[in-house]
Amino acid sequence: MEAFEYASPNTTRDALQLLGSQWGEIEILAGGTDLISAMKDRITTPKRVVSLKKIKGLNRIEFSERSGLRVGALVTIQEILDNQMVREHYPALREAADGIRGEQMRHMGTAGGELLQRPRCWYFRNGYGQLAEYQGKSLVPDGQNRYHAILGNSGPAYFVNASSLAPALIALGGKVRLHGPDGEREVELGKFYTTPTKEGEREYVIKPNEILTEILVPPPHGLRMAVYEVREKTALDWPLVAAAVVLHMKGRTVKSARVVMGHVAPVPWPSPEAEQAIEGKTVTEEVAEEAGKAAVSKATPLSQNGYKVRLAQVAVKRAILSAMKGEA
Amino acid sequence: MRRKKDRPRETNPDKTALTRRDFLKGAGVTVSGGLLVGSKAADAAPAPPEAGVVGPGAVPVTLRVNGKVHKLKLEPRVTLLDALREHLDITGSKEVCDRAVCGSCTVMMDRKPVYACTVLALEAEGHEVTTIEGLAADGKLTPVMAAFVRHDAQQCGFCTPGFVMACTALLERNPDPSLEEIEKGLGGNLCRCGTYWGIRHAVLDVAKGMKGGAYGKV
Amino acid sequence: MAKCKYDWPQAGERELIGKRIDRIDGPEKASGRAKYTYDTNRPGMLRAKLLTCPYAHAKIKSIDLSSAQNLPGVKATLVIQGPGSEIQWAGDEIAAVAAVSDDIAEDACRRIQVEYEQLPHLVREEDLDRAQAQGRTKAGGEETTGDPGKAFQDPEAVISKGYYGIPVITHCCLESHGNVAEWPDAKTLKTWSSTQNVSGLPGQLGAGLRLQKVEVDDSNIETVCQYIGGGFGSKFSPDRWGIVVAQLSKLAGKPVQLMLERNIELEMAGARPSAYAKIRVAAKKDGTLTAWDSESWGTGGVGPAGHPPLPYVLQPPNTHWKHTMIAANVGPARAWRAPNHPQACLLTLGALDDLAAKLEMDPVEFLMKNAHLAPQGLGQVYTEELQKAAELAEWKKNWHPRGDKTPGHIKRGMGVSLHTWGGRGHTSSCNVIVRPDGSVTVRLGSQDLGTGTRTVIAISVAETLGLPVEAVKVEIGDSKYPPDGASGGSTTVGGVSSSTRRGAIDALDELFAAVAPSLGVQPAQLEAWNGRIRVKGDSSKSLTWKQACAKLGVKTITTTGKNPGPCHLNDSGVGGVQIADVSVDTETGQVKVNRIVAAQDCGLVIDLKTAESQVYGALIMGICYSLFEEKVMDETLGRMLNPNMEFYKLAGIGDIGELIVHMMTGPGYDERGVIGLGEPPVISPGAAIANAVANAIGVRVSTLPLTPDKVLAALDKGGLA
Repeated sequence: MEAFEYASPNTTRDALQLLGSQWGEIEILAGGTDLISAMKDRITTPKRVVSLKKIKGLNRIEFSERSGLRVGALVTIQEILDNQMVREHYPALREAADGIRGEQMRHMGTAGGELLQRPRCWYFRNGYGQLAEYQGKSLVPDGQNRYHAILGNSGPAYFVNASSLAPALIALGGKVRLHGPDGEREVELGKFYTTPTKEGEREYVIKPNEILTEILVPPPHGLRMAVYEVREKTALDWPLVAAAVVLHMKGRTVKSARVVMGHVAPVPWPSPEAEQAIEGKTVTEEVAEEAGKAAVSKATPLSQNGYKVRLAQVAVKRAILSAMKGEA
Repeated sequence: MRRKKDRPRETNPDKTALTRRDFLKGAGVTVSGGLLVGSKAADAAPAPPEAGVVGPGAVPVTLRVNGKVHKLKLEPRVTLLDALREHLDITGSKEVCDRAVCGSCTVMMDRKPVYACTVLALEAEGHEVTTIEGLAADGKLTPVMAAFVRHDAQQCGFCTPGFVMACTALLERNPDPSLEEIEKGLGGNLCRCGTYWGIRHAVLDVAKGMKGGAYGKV
Repeated sequence: MAKCKYDWPQAGERELIGKRIDRIDGPEKASGRAKYTYDTNRPGMLRAKLLTCPYAHAKIKSIDLSSAQNLPGVKATLVIQGPGSEIQWAGDEIAAVAAVSDDIAEDACRRIQVEYEQLPHLVREEDLDRAQAQGRTKAGGEETTGDPGKAFQDPEAVISKGYYGIPVITHCCLESHGNVAEWPDAKTLKTWSSTQNVSGLPGQLGAGLRLQKVEVDDSNIETVCQYIGGGFGSKFSPDRWGIVVAQLSKLAGKPVQLMLERNIELEMAGARPSAYAKIRVAAKKDGTLTAWDSESWGTGGVGPAGHPPLPYVLQPPNTHWKHTMIAANVGPARAWRAPNHPQACLLTLGALDDLAAKLEMDPVEFLMKNAHLAPQGLGQVYTEELQKAAELAEWKKNWHPRGDKTPGHIKRGMGVSLHTWGGRGHTSSCNVIVRPDGSVTVRLGSQDLGTGTRTVIAISVAETLGLPVEAVKVEIGDSKYPPDGASGGSTTVGGVSSSTRRGAIDALDELFAAVAPSLGVQPAQLEAWNGRIRVKGDSSKSLTWKQACAKLGVKTITTTGKNPGPCHLNDSGVGGVQIADVSVDTETGQVKVNRIVAAQDCGLVIDLKTAESQVYGALIMGICYSLFEEKVMDETLGRMLNPNMEFYKLAGIGDIGELIVHMMTGPGYDERGVIGLGEPPVISPGAAIANAVANAIGVRVSTLPLTPDKVLAALDKGGLA
């Protein structure tokens, strides 16, 4: 790893003073599993690392019936798993967290870091950038793309967003609170992720001089929800695809639905098509099946990842059925 | 083969670092500073003093490991794992994947399991670090260690300390885990010899012997 | 009654042999006290890093180390392959730096300027035609027995054709390759090495150093390896980096450690050759195998590699095989646990399973019917093992013809495979030392890869001397001890158990001679029993072990035991049968191993516990390569895309299912003597699991690993879904 200077300020305000305006010059450190690994791989070589660990209040997790859930950026995955309110009111969030494996990752990994983790794309991790460009073109379309995007992949980015929590949080209507030099702002997670068009851009709208401090999730009244992941291993690994489903029920009918897929596109991928396929309907196996099909109706698989279209379809179907489990 | 005079991009340490991609972009003759280019590190000019900013040179660090205080001088880039292994000769935690995947480097910070390969040594300051050496400080095997021996949950043994740490942490948090909880909780540790069968039995065995949450109090 | 002096004790007389005994170094490992090469911290030790080539094929035009040398903290640099050198795989060593810390050595490596001329490469070899078109193929052997042409034309023959394959995988030892080198004086070298070959290393190091103009006598080199974090066949040689670290140490005048980084380890420190084959196989309608025809290919890197022995185990009367080697710019092949066998097994047992399906035969019955085609003596073993494995796997209850017809998207299937291996004990010598105070030490230049070698040695000696295991101090892992063979090919247990048995019997003879007068009998009338030396069968006339040893006065007994040697203590040639039970999700293509049963023989089992562990471990390693492992190469870059442990996927603790191990022991097995066990059980899992998947979904998934993409593709081509 390159040498860097380090600071661990006590307040968000102090931390903001230490940030800069260029991505990659300064990195913000939370759990460290992704950042330190990325620094060892020279994916990022910051000259300064600003740790958030000493900032008080970022590790709080709070719930109220009226305002919903607030998860501080430094709340660990284990704390999400252990939280009784999450268990009771946001089972999909818990399921998403449960996909993050290993005692260590769960204790080190933070909610904020999980949302801001960089892509796992093996071209990226081997030093070829998010866009995997080599000799003027992307290595992905003609290369080893079994894990790459099946949606939102018209280029130049082909990687998939790696977050496990984001699809569930987006489906729940979650927001993030960002602190910057000009104060704070809230951004809907559904609008938080972007697909980079140039090398060096990041995969989200947060600016290099901003800090993600908190995740806000609206109250869960009358919702049924689930996350379904298709994985190669039970052990620590990123899923092949995932689907998060949140259903607002009216009696036995789906009044409105949110369906968001993970690991299928450079951003968490909401599917209005799937939502439409179930809204106003009573969920049956067939309805779920149709929603799955609708979710991938616009998929444009690459040379090796056609199977992920099937997996995404199945994940959406199973997430819907799982959300309805226990419904008479 | 086409030859192209593509002089190396500057690798002057004071300039912006190049990524590997930058120099791999060129075809034909390529000059590279190794697999990965650009060291702006070791002799970088000291940064203008800014409140609370230390490094990149070595800075004093106080680590509390297995109850003992160690005063060291380390660059901020030194990981807890390297500090333990190379500076303190506490070598029970192993370096294997070095990227927060395999669990061989597992230690506890304030009794919580972490991958020491991705914790900066500076970040361990103010925390109680426990390595496998600290679990059996008196030379006696802990119940988890004894169960590993009994169930032959080890072969080459290189993953074993990391597994013992992860199992211990799991059982301290959840003294009566289901098989599914064991599989998920220990999913951050990898073994190459294939000792999972023994490990599974060792953990279940310890959990059984410790019913009622007694683990860690023995 | 033993017929030969050194024979193993008979079943009724064994106190320790064959029991489940805890490995004696278990506490050291479980408590983290065991010191590996990676853990060696010598005073003033420097850390070295390698600069490796980023291209699969290139010529070095120039190299400039000056910027690296000028970096404070750098103590020695070395060009390993200089201008003019042709590099044949990405990850090959170009230069090395020793510095006061890992980080500085790495900083320095990154300042080395290398100018390369890139040359054309090939790194993906599954497409034989493409490799041929690029002139990358070389004949790898061809052989015909009987008249396969005629046999395939027999109108009565049932013929199955198929394509099968297994990619290049790596060893991924958790302790990467590496050494610590130290020169206590100008003429003497000591290394701490992660090696499977303690006794053999000094000679290799000496030869390698002399080639680099570093003068050193082999006799002045000592190699130590108390613990090794995995080898699996990849750590027999010091490797170039082992020579390099000794050179750096000499240059710097300090101890130097060089352990490979994980990415380098995965790129070049061990590749198992791939094997792909188009196979035709024929049988009579009653299932009797008649003919085999295969065209196979694979790569072991740019150099030649062996070919899979086809057909594997079962030899029909008419066979033809032809193998083509592909020179691919991937890291060179290394022996990987049971070299060539897992590949041959998958290819053969996969093809036979497809044939059995075509014959509408139960594959266990099919193998029983053809067991007589196995090499001499093994037919009976396979028959017994097939029966045992089928019983433990509840084959009769659970097996169904191809294609699980039950409703739902989870399909269950069963698959069977069999394998063989040699495993004769290697050349070994040891000292058995009995002191007047009763302490016993056995000493030899062996190594314990985690197989339980230390424990086996302790059991062999303790059993012979009538002592508990703890009474024997085992000293291995140092080349200054009596030489023992490398640990490879399942040869260690036979070698060390035999040499130490012989050494211990001789030591006992000397002890009997010293003790006999005081018991008023001839030495030949004595025996060691339960911690005592007694007159045979008469405990009233006895001395405790300590009393007996005191009779030695000031004399210490030191005997040398050897293998090979008199009496039949070890043998070669085992069978082994495995049955896998899997579930396949036909919507997602996910394969889940429910259970694997292994019935395995290895002659006389010394320690049942560590023997079973070898099999459990082999099954798990087998699950890894069946479901996950693959060295993924990018043809454009010529590089491995997954040189890390996230994408070079290994099974975790939740990915293994239930494992049942049955060691075939007792009459018919024990009297064969000791046979090695490391390799055989890792051979069959690929075929057993692949066959189980075919049984579940009704169609063959041609190549390992059995990942969701391939399973779904196979289903699309004609499965059940």
